[in-house]
Amino acid sequence: MEAYILMALLALLAAITIAIVFQRSLFAVVILAGIYSFLMATVMIVLDAVDVAMTEASVGAGISTVVFLATLHLTRAREYPRPRSVMLPLFVSSVVAAVLVWGTFELPRFGAAETPIHQHIAPHYLKEAKRETGVPNVVTAVLADYRSFDTLGETTVIFTGGIGILVLLRGRRRKRGEDKDAVDPGVRDA
Amino acid sequence: MMFMMATLAVLIAMALVVIRAMRGPTVFDRVLAGNVIGTLAILLLAVVGFLMGRPEWLDIALTYGLLNLISTLAVLKFFRHGDLAFLPKEAPKQ
Repeated sequence: MEAYILMALLALLAAITIAIVFQRSLFAVVILAGIYSFLMATVMIVLDAVDVAMTEASVGAGISTVVFLATLHLTRAREYPRPRSVMLPLFVSSVVAAVLVWGTFELPRFGAAETPIHQHIAPHYLKEAKRETGVPNVVTAVLADYRSFDTLGETTVIFTGGIGILVLLRGRRRKRGEDKDAVDPGVRDA
Repeated sequence: MMFMMATLAVLIAMALVVIRAMRGPTVFDRVLAGNVIGTLAILLLAVVGFLMGRPEWLDIALTYGLLNLISTLAVLKFFRHGDLAFLPKEAPKQ
């Protein structure tokens, strides 16, 4: 049953990808990419990867759409077909795809339990996580307890990056406006 | 059996909506298709959750409902004002 649902969703994903390639209106591409992310997140939930699915849905369908729309505001919303030959890009992408497919032959079989990554420390997590941390979800226990300093560091990096981007954007906006009294209404009361 | 038929119906509806998003002559067809895909994903999560005996997925479906709002709001604001950081001209000066 699960396999049939996945097949239907993946077929829809393939159809959307082909439509994105042939679509010339970039606005339609943005909407289609949002739909793609939502379907991809559903696929991940059906595969039981709930945390990845949440990230995909919030970043792919939420934030990316907003960022793409902001880009469309700065550029034009239509892609001009280029008269150049497509042979070189086609060749490069086929070679890269062939190399990637060749690389997958060396990977262990999908879901194989005897690989090193499943034997080093994962059995300990699965067996002891509930007793040692008291968190019912093992993934959450690993991220927020066993690797809590790692997660804290990641969050700090992302937070610093966000602050840097905000400072850059704000400085640019203030420089652009001629009127010194025209303060952003969001910060006036601060 | 009932959940299976419901899953099938939702998947067929998804296919129809995707076709509309691909062909949709106007912008608003596509915006609506994007929004409806979000709603259908919520429905699919709920139904599949019951089908596989995981009714906790309802919580995730609720979060999806919140996320679905963001992109639709951004798209509609973009079309109303042509700008995402729109500030009304007649903002009162202090």
